[in-house]
Amino acid sequence: MTEKVRIAQLSCGPEYSGVQKEIYDAAEMVDAEVFFPDIALVDVQQGFSGFGLDVRSPDLKLAIARAKALVEGRIDADAVFIATCFRCAEAAIVRNELRRYIHENSALPVVSYSFTERTTSGTLLTRMEALTTIARRRALLAREEQEGITLGIDSGSSTTKAVVMKDNEIVGTGWLPTTEVLKSAEGVVDLALQEAGIRFDEIEAIGTTGYGRYLIGKKFNAQLVQEELTVNSKGAVYLADRQHGPATVIDIGGMDNKAISVQDGIPGTFTMGGICAGASGRFLEMTAKRLGVDITELGPLAMKGMGDTVPMNSYCIVFGTQSLVNALAEGSAREDVAAAACHSVAEQVFEQQLQEVDIKEPVIMVGGTSLIQGLVRAMGDLLQTEIVVPPHSQYIGSVGSALLASGYIRGE
Amino acid sequence: MVKVFIYPATSLILSDMVARFGHEPLGSAIGIRERIQTPGFESPPLQITPEEPKKGLKWAAVEVPSGVRGRMAVYGPLIEEAEAAIIIKDPDYAFGCMGCARTNELIQFHLRNKGIPVLDVAYPTSDEEGVGFVAALKEFLTGLETEGSA
Repeated sequence: MTEKVRIAQLSCGPEYSGVQKEIYDAAEMVDAEVFFPDIALVDVQQGFSGFGLDVRSPDLKLAIARAKALVEGRIDADAVFIATCFRCAEAAIVRNELRRYIHENSALPVVSYSFTERTTSGTLLTRMEALTTIARRRALLAREEQEGITLGIDSGSSTTKAVVMKDNEIVGTGWLPTTEVLKSAEGVVDLALQEAGIRFDEIEAIGTTGYGRYLIGKKFNAQLVQEELTVNSKGAVYLADRQHGPATVIDIGGMDNKAISVQDGIPGTFTMGGICAGASGRFLEMTAKRLGVDITELGPLAMKGMGDTVPMNSYCIVFGTQSLVNALAEGSAREDVAAAACHSVAEQVFEQQLQEVDIKEPVIMVGGTSLIQGLVRAMGDLLQTEIVVPPHSQYIGSVGSALLASGYIRGE
Repeated sequence: MVKVFIYPATSLILSDMVARFGHEPLGSAIGIRERIQTPGFESPPLQITPEEPKKGLKWAAVEVPSGVRGRMAVYGPLIEEAEAAIIIKDPDYAFGCMGCARTNELIQFHLRNKGIPVLDVAYPTSDEEGVGFVAALKEFLTGLETEGSA
């Protein structure tokens, strides 16, 4: 598909919030075109009354009617972007119901977003990129096995990871904190090559993902430069050996969180972000520092504690830290504080993000935070399910990149 | 001539009726005209920039959604200018439509609190009601004070 990916916009408010231009800009950056589905007046009236959600706002009624037209195939689109004002309760209901309706009744990838007047194209870019990737590269995303020798690099906000894969096996890994983006990437590539016993010139294809993907992609001349939503979905179902059927992928990152509803390895709906770093891996990193333990020791420490004995609400990282300091000052055990911090992060992700995707088992947790057992346990308790943490889950982005990049060896 | 805020502000029929009785209609066309006539392609389709929701703070609190504030930046100045208002309750889509229910509630609240003459009239659903509807508008518009207006 060389022509522009057509993304249908269902929305209320972005034109008046001054962010419509940002939406257009983000789409433009990934060679996509955002358009408002054109329907007749009579379709509007029939559309929302048939849907059964009697909202007051006419713009939301229009969005419902447009969604019906998309599902019924009266409008030609490759993907759907749902955007409504942050803080609007009525819009939140419509956003969620439309996302579910489109997901269940069509093959269109859909992403929803609640914006403020400060939303920028940069914030929307990863979501738009994921939408276009799913629409444009279905064949690539269907790849289930890694071939040849490939390298995957994931430049995250906190850590940079790399893996070398050979004939469907992970043969080398590298992990370093992200400092200078390029320097960290070079470091992890060296580590991975060293462990694999492979020279750089033997690598047949390279894939990059994460915040630094463009810079690193250019530096290493990567064939695949891909956002982390599609890459992590693929990596997760590959490592967990759940390439077929439904799955839910949760990645609590250093800066933002991803919750992705996956079908046969292809993301259907997803959310990205969080309200505050209080609901991210950064808060756990801070907790570990405050408790005087390494981040790798936080999980086992939390497993020994009782989270419900310490009140903690990390909706905001500052308030979360306040709760942490108060709990320690009141003499709470370190184990209990660690457990409470894990529970708090899991609760925020559950309350704010997982409501936006349909949770279907298996639930796969990936990323560095999936190694924190206390967090995995807390998430499992909240979702009432056994969480799957696949081997090498912390290298998820690199594995997904290396796997998908192997499609370029034979020019797929 | 009196400046009459029309609700729904997008209604061309209502705008035309107000003008026919010698008054100035204040509606979406006026509010959006200056934005879309501004050269450049700032923030399509309405040319509303991130500054607008900030201006909207004058009429809507910071807690309300950004789209409400952006809409109020368009309608707020018109409400301030208004010397009278006509509010049509539950109009048909074809008559005129305003997108956000919360903004619409706020607009009506501001109009009623302003202390200007306000005509509240239900949208007609039959021929008979239609005749009464036009008569109510005519009576209101002909009865408006014209003193002090340009």
